[in-house]
Amino acid sequence: MLVFLKIYRYNPEDGRTTPSFDTYNIDAQPTDRVLDLLEHVKGYIDGTLAFRRSCAHGVCGSDAMRINGRNLLACKVLVKDLGREITVEPILGLPVLKDMIVDMEPFFNSYKAMMPYLVNDEIPADGKERLQSPEDRERFDDTTKCIMCAACTTSCPVFWSDDQYVGPAAIVTAHRFIFDSRDTAAKDRLQILGDHGGAFRCRTAFNCTEACPREIHVTQAIAEVKQAIR
Amino acid sequence: MVQHHQHEVVIVGAGGAGLMAALYASRGADTAVLSKLYPTRSHTGTAQGGIGAALGNLEPDKVEWHTFDSVKGSDYLGDQDAIEYMCAQAVPVVYELEHMGLPFSRTKEGRIAQRRFGGHTNNETKQPVMRSCYAADRTGHMILQTLYQQCIKNKVHFYDEFHVLDLLMRDGVANGVVAVELATGDLHVFHAKAVVFATGGHGRIWELTSNAYAYTGDGVAITLRRGLPAQDLEFFQFHPTGIYRMGILITEGVRGEGGILVNNKGERFMERYAPTVKDLASRDVVSRAIYLEVRAGNGINGKRYVYLDMRPEVVNKYAEADGRTTPDGKPYRVTGEQLLAKVPDIVDFARTYLGVDPIKEPMPIQPTAHYAMGGIPTNMHAEVLADAKSTLVPGLYAAGEVACVSVHGANRLGTNSLLDIVVFGKEAGKRAAEYAKGAQFKPLDDDPTAFTREQLNRLLSGSGGERIVHIGEEMKLKMMDDVGVFRTAEGMKSAEEKVRELRQRFAKISVDDHGRKFNTDLLNAWELGCMLDVALATTISAEARQESRGAHAREDFPKRDDPNWMKHSLAWLDGDQVKLDYKPVVVTKYQPMERVY
Repeated sequence: MLVFLKIYRYNPEDGRTTPSFDTYNIDAQPTDRVLDLLEHVKGYIDGTLAFRRSCAHGVCGSDAMRINGRNLLACKVLVKDLGREITVEPILGLPVLKDMIVDMEPFFNSYKAMMPYLVNDEIPADGKERLQSPEDRERFDDTTKCIMCAACTTSCPVFWSDDQYVGPAAIVTAHRFIFDSRDTAAKDRLQILGDHGGAFRCRTAFNCTEACPREIHVTQAIAEVKQAIR
Repeated sequence: MVQHHQHEVVIVGAGGAGLMAALYASRGADTAVLSKLYPTRSHTGTAQGGIGAALGNLEPDKVEWHTFDSVKGSDYLGDQDAIEYMCAQAVPVVYELEHMGLPFSRTKEGRIAQRRFGGHTNNETKQPVMRSCYAADRTGHMILQTLYQQCIKNKVHFYDEFHVLDLLMRDGVANGVVAVELATGDLHVFHAKAVVFATGGHGRIWELTSNAYAYTGDGVAITLRRGLPAQDLEFFQFHPTGIYRMGILITEGVRGEGGILVNNKGERFMERYAPTVKDLASRDVVSRAIYLEVRAGNGINGKRYVYLDMRPEVVNKYAEADGRTTPDGKPYRVTGEQLLAKVPDIVDFARTYLGVDPIKEPMPIQPTAHYAMGGIPTNMHAEVLADAKSTLVPGLYAAGEVACVSVHGANRLGTNSLLDIVVFGKEAGKRAAEYAKGAQFKPLDDDPTAFTREQLNRLLSGSGGERIVHIGEEMKLKMMDDVGVFRTAEGMKSAEEKVRELRQRFAKISVDDHGRKFNTDLLNAWELGCMLDVALATTISAEARQESRGAHAREDFPKRDDPNWMKHSLAWLDGDQVKLDYKPVVVTKYQPMERVY
């Protein structure tokens, strides 16, 4: 099937300081990923097109983009689910560096601010695993799935307008530890998230939940964190 | 502009092996980690089914059984001292991961959950054993996340999106690397006392692969270009169950939970190839069986695929036929809901990419290029070896898929790659830091970036007429056809000729992008050069080996030949020539036997 592909282009080094769109007519299979189309353009038509990708099946989190106005992973959305007209743009709210590549540093800095590691120095005397019931393990299962693709954070209207807000992904990370029965630093994380820029910046728009390619119930996780702060 | 840095230990690659090395090296030395990706994008994150360790949480298991299974799985090419070490270390290292916070799935008693996996058995009953420690079907994701989190906690110094292009050496001693910073295009020289390569594999040289775009063989190519050998490259694993036409991995855990393989006649054909463990035979055995079924006309609708069936009614039917029981002795039965909880990502992949709900329909699968058993030769301390006499390369370490210890020999067992990265990543980090403490910074050459600039300038100023994508596609197709699951002298010879032709054409490549910032066009071209080097060394190593062993299956030499070929190959690349040498396999207590499952 013939696909009409519009790709956002921006490269100040090359004089393309004003964002513009390049358009391509591409003969695609309905089962092609959008990433396959981008690879086709880069390989056969214009090697200067820049985007990040690695695993190509929705696990590594490299290729979150705005596709037909929605945040999706380019490797996890197929042509047949989008139709003949496909527009690809970088995710919003992070500085664009070149084409689809945005500056991820602010995103990872928020992640790092969450104490994103288990805090518990006690190890069982026999040196074996700590025990955790299947129910306690299930309590935070959903938020262990996060691949840090930034699809949620960059779909959030509060994040777009408030550069103090840590964003949904950072709160998902905090949730994964706060509700892990083995962790002992929940209080510290809740204090961080109780501050300005924390969980109460969330206005429950649900954009994050809709954007998550891992189907994490992001808004619910944020609500659980808010509840725990109170 | 060239920027200079100095760190006692420099680690290249931030997957499981690199991060584990970083954690341990940073305890004793100033350590930096360089990765061409953000660390959390590394390919470790795609590993699904589990990490092998004889914890015995659900049924009796022993380190000795794990060791023997791995030796047998390696088709007697693995070094037995290293395998013994890895399997013994498996138990404490899995507990260590749990202590770091890894969210393993749990048994009813709250212990780490374990499942069956191909080639892992109770050595007394010969039946599959639950040895694979898992976190649903995203075990690699959780290992990568946990190790990255621990590195943040321990303030490890990261250089994200720094692509290493060269290894620096002086008088045979490693003393640094050269990297390009993606964001600026600047070259950076990292002066080091010790260098650890943890750059992963090279599955992208084949057309159909489960491997990430990043898996272009950088580490092996860089060391080949610096005059070091690559070991056992002819052994590359094809995983039996890749998604048809895409190659995306469907974990062996699906068969561990009771899924079976079916041909066009509706027959569970693995009963004929591996009567005892059937669908849970070693990966090389199952991949060959699928090829033979397709060749015999038993592919689904005459096409090049078979079905992987995990519908609960099918799982239960064959579990009953096999007399499978749960640890408490009851008949093994599953519901769709239970399967969904065990392998949620697989269900998601099948729905997304195949439009198939695997709880209700079987999945079309075919073998997919998956794992490099070969790589940079090391001993069991992750120290890189320069020749068949095992001469050490001072200051240089390698761990994970890029390395060849060899613990996987001719065929790796499922779950042993995640084990390899944590056991030998740890070893590399510890050893590199110890070495750095007793060593001085060896002076750099006057112009350390000369070789890197020469390579990049050639790609930027090529005479034109060749595009990366054409050369890459021709290489991948040829390697798939002739250096794949089954091989012949004739096919491999034609592959060698093809790769040589492509290497000549590669010299004429010109890239479109001549800018500095995020010039992924230029770096893709450089990666293609790595793949061509690795493809050539792989093909010639494979042509030379006149036997069938593990993943190297020759139609013209169908039998294993221990008197002549129970030895590791070493390949050196010198311009267009590949020179080969061999070294013996380390045997401790397991004499080679016929390998049946």
